[in-house]
Amino acid sequence: MKLLVTLADRVRQSLERSKDLLSHGLDSLLSLGRPVDAGLLQEIEDLLISADLGSATAREFVDLLGEEIRRGRLGAPEDIRATLRRFLEEALASAAAPLALDHRPTVILVLGVNGSGKTTTCGKLAAALKGEGRSVVLAAADTFRAAAIEQLEAWGRRVGVEVIHQAGGSDPSAVVFDAVKAVTARGVDALIVDTAGRLHTKSNLMEELAKLKRVVGRQLPGAPHESLMVLDATTGQNGLAQAATFHRGVGLTGVILTKLDGTAKGGIVVRIHRELGLPIKLVGTGERPDDLQPFDPRVFVSALLPG
Amino acid sequence: MFDTLSTRLTQIFDRLRGHGRLTEANIQEALREVRVALLEADVHFKVVKGFIERVYDRAVGQDVLRSLTPGQQVVKIVHDELVLLLGGSGHRLQMAPHPPTVIMLIGLQGSGKTTSAAKLAHHFQRQGQHPLLAAADVYRPAAVEQLRTLGAQLQIPVVGSAGERPLDICQEAARAAADRGLSPLIVDTAGRLHIDEPMLEELRLLKCEVRPHHVLLVVDAMTGQDAVTMAERFNAAVGIDAVIMSKLDGDARGGAALSIRQVIGRPITFVGTGEKLDALEPFHPDRMASRILGMGDVVSLVEKAQASVDQAKAEELAKKLREESFTLEDFRDQLKQLRSMGPMGELLQMIPFFKGKQGVPTELAGQEAELTRYEAIIGSMTPEERAEPQIISGSRRARIARGSGTTVQDVNRLLKQYAQLKKVMRGLRQMEGRAGKLKGLPFQIRN
Repeated sequence: MKLLVTLADRVRQSLERSKDLLSHGLDSLLSLGRPVDAGLLQEIEDLLISADLGSATAREFVDLLGEEIRRGRLGAPEDIRATLRRFLEEALASAAAPLALDHRPTVILVLGVNGSGKTTTCGKLAAALKGEGRSVVLAAADTFRAAAIEQLEAWGRRVGVEVIHQAGGSDPSAVVFDAVKAVTARGVDALIVDTAGRLHTKSNLMEELAKLKRVVGRQLPGAPHESLMVLDATTGQNGLAQAATFHRGVGLTGVILTKLDGTAKGGIVVRIHRELGLPIKLVGTGERPDDLQPFDPRVFVSALLPG
Repeated sequence: MFDTLSTRLTQIFDRLRGHGRLTEANIQEALREVRVALLEADVHFKVVKGFIERVYDRAVGQDVLRSLTPGQQVVKIVHDELVLLLGGSGHRLQMAPHPPTVIMLIGLQGSGKTTSAAKLAHHFQRQGQHPLLAAADVYRPAAVEQLRTLGAQLQIPVVGSAGERPLDICQEAARAAADRGLSPLIVDTAGRLHIDEPMLEELRLLKCEVRPHHVLLVVDAMTGQDAVTMAERFNAAVGIDAVIMSKLDGDARGGAALSIRQVIGRPITFVGTGEKLDALEPFHPDRMASRILGMGDVVSLVEKAQASVDQAKAEELAKKLREESFTLEDFRDQLKQLRSMGPMGELLQMIPFFKGKQGVPTELAGQEAELTRYEAIIGSMTPEERAEPQIISGSRRARIARGSGTTVQDVNRLLKQYAQLKKVMRGLRQMEGRAGKLKGLPFQIRN
């Protein structure tokens, strides 16, 4: 229980910055004692848009709010905040889900566009699983970007986890084939696969990933057990396109939201969850190996709209 | 669900074009959709607000309501305002009178700094200059190796190693540039997950030391509303001269970088348009605005086409098409030219014909491998077969498939696509009849 509290605190702290704008905005909007009218609702809509919820989603929440007001259910400004929070929490209620780790080996594919923080997330995830007493191996299947393998190896050294790799430019499926063979033989608990960081619009990337997935599935029925897309919290509406494309091409089991410790709000996950039904499994909140936490909608929303 | 901004605006204005005259209500409705489209493109909401107001003021005024083609007028106003928003005429980096010209790249982690540094160096190298790269990102694991690898590919020297201090690396690089007469010196700095004081302090220190002529902020085209906050903080603390927008080759609409242009008043100078090291292009505000408005990036396309299409051949092909004597031989020539111009999907998206509702037909996009196969198949045909595809019987198909190392299905697909292409060409020719004379193949470019 204590652990949960500190985790929640840490996410809250790292969200301090992101909530600032929205909450100050809301506070100043609500503290003026102004009437609850169309102008106020428009400004609330703008605030939600500024959190990257997207214009349609922001409009929906504001319409819901307007409906409550028409029905006379909202009198005081505090009610507005509480109601908005409730709507957001309801929208994200089913978004939290634990990682499926009950297979041995559990194979976790980590996907995402370049610069989203895939390799870093692989390192942090390896550290987290190792911290839970599991044996972990990393596979460097990003054979595309210059020095991606070296970057993963540096993480492997930092968190004390073996990295299976081949020379740059080699076939990612071959790397993963070797890795799955090795971890199966050795009875390792989890294999984390770092895949190529390329834009989701490259069709041969999707082919490569689909092939990789087929190879793993043939070798180890049921695998990969997790296919997680890493999403940079500063990403705007394109995040939905990324998730949809990866989901269509590879079949995702969830999203990892990274870099949530900046000023960005990561509001696009609300759309991703609502429109694609994908859970948000983990949240990356910093640069240290242990800065990776389970996603908690309540903490996420309360950091977004405190009070 | 993922209509591009151009598609959406095209739809809006198609509707406007249907009206004989514009009412204020028409404009309001169109602008509401422009607003949604811009927000959807991640343009900052305040920038959107100002943009809509300006367009409304200009549109509701006298000229539009009195004009004969109101729809076109609004399109023009939106286009003009968009060009303004994008930065007026394009911005080019000036070289310093006394070399080396020093260019410092800053930005968040994952924005594409290191790749942009290498691309920028390559850009100057192609102009006949002798750039030097300084790898001052010593924090991210393997960032220095990444730049070294890229430098080696380009045969551009790289100064710096992971164990050194960024300041020392920069000093060493400045000395090396001066000693060896290398310019420009391009400095890749450390990114962070988010902006913090130690990072800004280091950037300020480096800036003081290396005295860059240009500080360029690298911004990921996929960035959301936070881009403005980020750019404002970098600008306030370090000072920015211009922006490089990276990763514009995806389906991101890059609205955020446009907001940066508006909010901090700094121009976008380059855009990253692909994974290859030569995929860095000067930013053209006017072209971008046309593209956004669904007029197609006609100027860029024409330039690309002119560079790689043999003009005489194109003329001949145009004549053949007009006379409906377009053979498989011509088809093969055209495939070759197409392939020499760059990735198919990228090219097709620039053509106005593929804008609007239908987009680029999936059977045409992302088919590079297919094209190679097609060339092989046509190569295995006899001259008679190429001239008169209708004589290709079942046994001929089997022979062609064997000869080209493909299957009968591949041959069938090629013949089907050839027939489809002929049909498309006929359609274009009819458009040509309406739109006036068109020149230059393989594409019928229409503005």
